[in-house]
Amino acid sequence: MEGLLNVYQISLLTTLAVAVIMALSLNLITGFCGQISLGHAAFQGIGAYMAEILTKQAGFDFASATLIAVLFSAGIGFLVGLASLRVREDFLAITTMGVAFLFVGFVNQQPRLGAEEGIANIPDPGLGATGYMVMALVLALLVALFSVYVRRTWLGAAFGSIADDEDTARIVGIDVARFKLAAFVMGTGLAGLAGSIYAHQVKIIQATDFGFIPSITVLSIVVFGGIGSIVGVIFAAVLLTMLPLWFQFIGDYKLLFYGGLLFLMMRFAPQGLAGLIRSGLDAMRRDKRNDARVGDAA
Amino acid sequence: MSAILNIRDITVRFGGVVAVDNVNFDVPDGQLLGLIGPNGAGKTTVMRAITGIVSPEKGEIRLNGAPLHHLPTHQRVRAGLGLSQQLVRPFRSMSLVENVRFTAGYAKTRGPLGALVALDRSAEARRALELLERVGIAAQADARPDEVPLGVLKRLEVARALALDPTVLLLDEPLAGLNSEEAATLADTIRALNGEGFTILLIEHNLGEVMRICDRLVVLDNGRLIGEGAPRDVMAEPTVRAAYLGTEASDAAA
Repeated sequence: MEGLLNVYQISLLTTLAVAVIMALSLNLITGFCGQISLGHAAFQGIGAYMAEILTKQAGFDFASATLIAVLFSAGIGFLVGLASLRVREDFLAITTMGVAFLFVGFVNQQPRLGAEEGIANIPDPGLGATGYMVMALVLALLVALFSVYVRRTWLGAAFGSIADDEDTARIVGIDVARFKLAAFVMGTGLAGLAGSIYAHQVKIIQATDFGFIPSITVLSIVVFGGIGSIVGVIFAAVLLTMLPLWFQFIGDYKLLFYGGLLFLMMRFAPQGLAGLIRSGLDAMRRDKRNDARVGDAA
Repeated sequence: MSAILNIRDITVRFGGVVAVDNVNFDVPDGQLLGLIGPNGAGKTTVMRAITGIVSPEKGEIRLNGAPLHHLPTHQRVRAGLGLSQQLVRPFRSMSLVENVRFTAGYAKTRGPLGALVALDRSAEARRALELLERVGIAAQADARPDEVPLGVLKRLEVARALALDPTVLLLDEPLAGLNSEEAATLADTIRALNGEGFTILLIEHNLGEVMRICDRLVVLDNGRLIGEGAPRDVMAEPTVRAAYLGTEASDAAA
């Protein structure tokens, strides 16, 4: 495969796999269950730092470090969710925004975590660049398949009912707080997975890699792709990760670009790309039906 | 008939206003009980106290002898309450049959872990179609809630409540907003459900239909229980007449 892809392309595909896992993990929370998180990247950061501590500072192998990082992110997600999901519908957005800033503030004060300079020389997992890329892509695929599976289960249906109307979900016997917490724990755990893969790919991490702007970026990806749509969100993750690489100015004005995109989508196309395509198809089908009817009349 | 739902000394206060004042009544097993009263009498507040949407300041609510009043809404529903809401609240992302199918899967949505390993929907789908047929809207099974008139959504609320296999069916103004023909048909359906053995607590403004289908009435006015008994006897009581005529008079003035 080395012959097929150059070093840059291998690193790009690994980056895209991480972006897809991040977007799909937030999609579980925001897309499936309707809960807004403004600090999702912080959970990626928690996974990244936890995995780094384990591989670089404690000598764990990559696989066990990643597994523990996933559980740890999910655990922090559980605590944050427990504190905010039981209170009020929109409280999670506020709390997670707090988490986004708290994470950066906390890490920047910890010499053990490299403080503001960050951490370099994170150990190589020893799979080679191509092997690592394949692993990342396989994990991204597994996360996508997991999303498809969840969507088909009664859990997915319960998430959907909560995203649709929390009060009605309660009336039909759904323990809304518990299901929201489940979505949040699953999503934050998978963000931790993305964090560990990211840390061992770039091998140098800083708290700001997981700050407010990356959180808004991943939220705008989910909204752009079409809240809840697995294919749409994967497509958006790839497109919106590539765009700043193609167009330097997008990289320079990230917050403006992603913030603006978020605003425009929420204002004009709240169903995202997937929604636009769906309504486009519906319209085409309607046209066809009308054409047929005109044909019948003639 | 033994009482299946007991409402004991329920008092609900909103700020300084007493919305429900020491209300007591029982819903006997198998009865179709009408809870009526003029606007602002506290009927919906009593219903909300039963479902746990408002917390009474004092009092007890028991279902089959077990206290409900400390439980959150979803646990009361799982204990055996089936609620059809006054303002229709379908899941708008689901078709009518999906609304009922999802609700009929209540045993599979008890908790997230069990729901994660539950895939099969065929039994629930069959049950959902049966229930839509039962309330007379099977023809619109695949329609979206936005595509059907209010009368259909009112019936959907009832079908969804039935999907929970409730011990007591709570119907909050199921006839409101329907024309007289639709109201009469839905009232017939409610009567028939009661005939099949469902215990029903019905809140309703449509006195004509209430008088026609209910076994017994409980009348509230200004948060107090002012009458209770067989429909004709209750409506003949001077206090009840005064409460209704008083409202009508003030309505006319307004």
